[in-house]
Amino acid sequence: MYATTLGGTRHVFPDLKAVLAEASPHRSGDALAGIAAPSDERRVAARHVLADLPLATFLAEAVVPYETDEVTRLILDSHDAAAFAPVSAMTVGGFREWLLSDAADGPALAGLAPGLTPEMAAAVSKLMRNQDLIAVARKARVVTAFRTTVGLPGRLSVRLQPNHPTDDARGIAASILDGLLYGCGDAVIGINPATDSTAAVTELLALIEGVRTRYAIPTQSCVLAHVTTTLEAIGRGAPVDLAFQSIAGTEAANRSFGVDLALLREAQAATLSLGRGTVGTNVMYFETGQGSALSAEAHHGVDQQTVEARAYAVARAFSPFLVNTVVGFIGPEYLFDGKQIIRAGLEDHFCGKLLGVPMGVDVCYTNHAEADQDDMDALLTLLGVAGVNFVMGVPGADDVMLQYQSTSFHDALYLRGALGLRPAPEFETWLDGMGMLGGDGRVRALPPASEAVRRLLGGMEDAA
Amino acid sequence: MTDPADTASRAVDPGTDPGGTDTGTVDPWARMRGLTRARIGLGRCGDGLPTRALLDFQLAHARARDAVHAEFDAVGMAAALAPLPTVAVRSRAPDRAAYLQRPDLGRLLDPSDEALLEPGDWDAVFVVADGLSAAAVHAHAAPVVRETLKHLPGWRIGPVVLASQGRVALGDEIGIRLGARLVALLVGERPGLSAADSLGAYLTWEPRPGRRDAERNCISNIRPPEGLGHAAAGAKLAWLMVEASRRGLTGIGLKDETPALPGGGPAGPAIVG
Repeated sequence: MYATTLGGTRHVFPDLKAVLAEASPHRSGDALAGIAAPSDERRVAARHVLADLPLATFLAEAVVPYETDEVTRLILDSHDAAAFAPVSAMTVGGFREWLLSDAADGPALAGLAPGLTPEMAAAVSKLMRNQDLIAVARKARVVTAFRTTVGLPGRLSVRLQPNHPTDDARGIAASILDGLLYGCGDAVIGINPATDSTAAVTELLALIEGVRTRYAIPTQSCVLAHVTTTLEAIGRGAPVDLAFQSIAGTEAANRSFGVDLALLREAQAATLSLGRGTVGTNVMYFETGQGSALSAEAHHGVDQQTVEARAYAVARAFSPFLVNTVVGFIGPEYLFDGKQIIRAGLEDHFCGKLLGVPMGVDVCYTNHAEADQDDMDALLTLLGVAGVNFVMGVPGADDVMLQYQSTSFHDALYLRGALGLRPAPEFETWLDGMGMLGGDGRVRALPPASEAVRRLLGGMEDAA
Repeated sequence: MTDPADTASRAVDPGTDPGGTDTGTVDPWARMRGLTRARIGLGRCGDGLPTRALLDFQLAHARARDAVHAEFDAVGMAAALAPLPTVAVRSRAPDRAAYLQRPDLGRLLDPSDEALLEPGDWDAVFVVADGLSAAAVHAHAAPVVRETLKHLPGWRIGPVVLASQGRVALGDEIGIRLGARLVALLVGERPGLSAADSLGAYLTWEPRPGRRDAERNCISNIRPPEGLGHAAAGAKLAWLMVEASRRGLTGIGLKDETPALPGGGPAGPAIVG
């Protein structure tokens, strides 16, 4: 039991997960789960309790039972006590102050990551304003590599997302071409398939492979099918660069996705065995998002932001190349409006980086959420300042397959231009070689008759 | 360089110059655009969007938003369905904001409307629920009900229930109260930018609270002319109803074996459950 007294009123919380839930900034998903703070004052009371809790509390009290949840076992069994030592005597409130201090520089944060549990990261995030989340995250760099190197300071990468409602090869190729001409695709060229079959996935992989090899584009491909489909594709000799899977922060939620840790290990080993990376060996691509565990009725009464942070503990066990929180996709019953989506995006990015995960964010919304492109502009800009590893590039921000709105190729150009961010170094060299960069290093607007457009256009038509 | 009035940066743009007269070439995007509905070849003003593309997007989003927030016209629906008998009910979600944040309330009947549903002995009942697009329901629900009934001669069909602020599972409570062996629920799907009026149909054998999505059959993207047409949707739904009744089940055990129909589209249903 945890308690505090504020102005004569005693606030009592039955357990640790109640403190975490009621300390969370208001969001519709926690209200739907019946675990949100009933008043603003009680929310701050929970934060007072949280601020005074020793960080070590989270090693002693699990929010999801150790005996019945393999994610909890992963978190506690892999905890690195030596890495934790520098902050082991701190309270959560003291930890916040240390994170903001100059002592918490990049190397210090990188060294600390294996000593932090996701519950510690979630707890401290609940005491932080948006600017705190940004200021600390931008110090915590997580760099990964396959054929490009993603996450370096001063760089912003983009997943080129050329989805098509019927997986039409020529339609997808047209969107890939469009994205390449805006300098997008250095994180991955990643297709969400309309059909999750081994045959369809293999065809789409061959399509991207054809484009990539024809122009020697230093990037990686991914078809975001279920991991079992990808394993089958590997078995049939398909050119798999990255294995994809949606993951969540509890064993039961992962089972609702049809995966467990053993299956993810198998996928990582199979993909690594292909040896296709040139500058690195990070081969996993994970997607997450607040609310997925509640949606699967697998949240164990834990607030959606804490469960989300636990998904990053799953991710980091597999040295992923990319981890992407699809923050506004799930809908208004979990994140109601632009304010909640913006907050969640910053929390997810912060928690992921603190835990040593290469975080990107799908800055996005659906048409039944109270959000629009102005909200996405705000979140995109904030994440750029926070040092996000990558964002999505969808033609015109309109995903015609998944029926939601993400960020566009133009948005990526805007963010790179406004903040002076550059593509991944290997990809930047390729863009320059294609004549697509201006003298200032920015992606040029090319006339249709230009050499680069002609070459790419001709190649796309052949590939498709 | 980022000034949108800078004609130099506009003229080099592959998308803002449809005639291609500035460069003496045909716009290569003209043909590419025919390959996908994705918003490709939009052109650039500096790093930003040309004004027309910006407003095109805003119009699509505005239509989707308007569809989500449009009020369900139960009186108009009753008139459109006449002479079929109808009964109008509400879920426990008092308004759109509550509906969007509390899916549990949209699955339960407002207690004050319980008495409106008199128990009967029906082979099937239709429920028309606004879901996330009243526009879809207004446009497509009445014709789909009529087309379906053409294929069900001799069936005892209860009154059509018009449910406002309703989700798919609301049909379970309605079905059991009416004494229906089968409930066919027509519901407005979540609007996308390319379609704000897409209707879904969910079929549930022996409806009762607690039925899972895997125990239902779904027909999505009913939206002529781009999506499934009214007659085709009615034929498909009626086939499923006949088979459900014959086999005594719906859901994953009942695969849709009607011949493939053009325009159905492979896109999955937007879950409004």
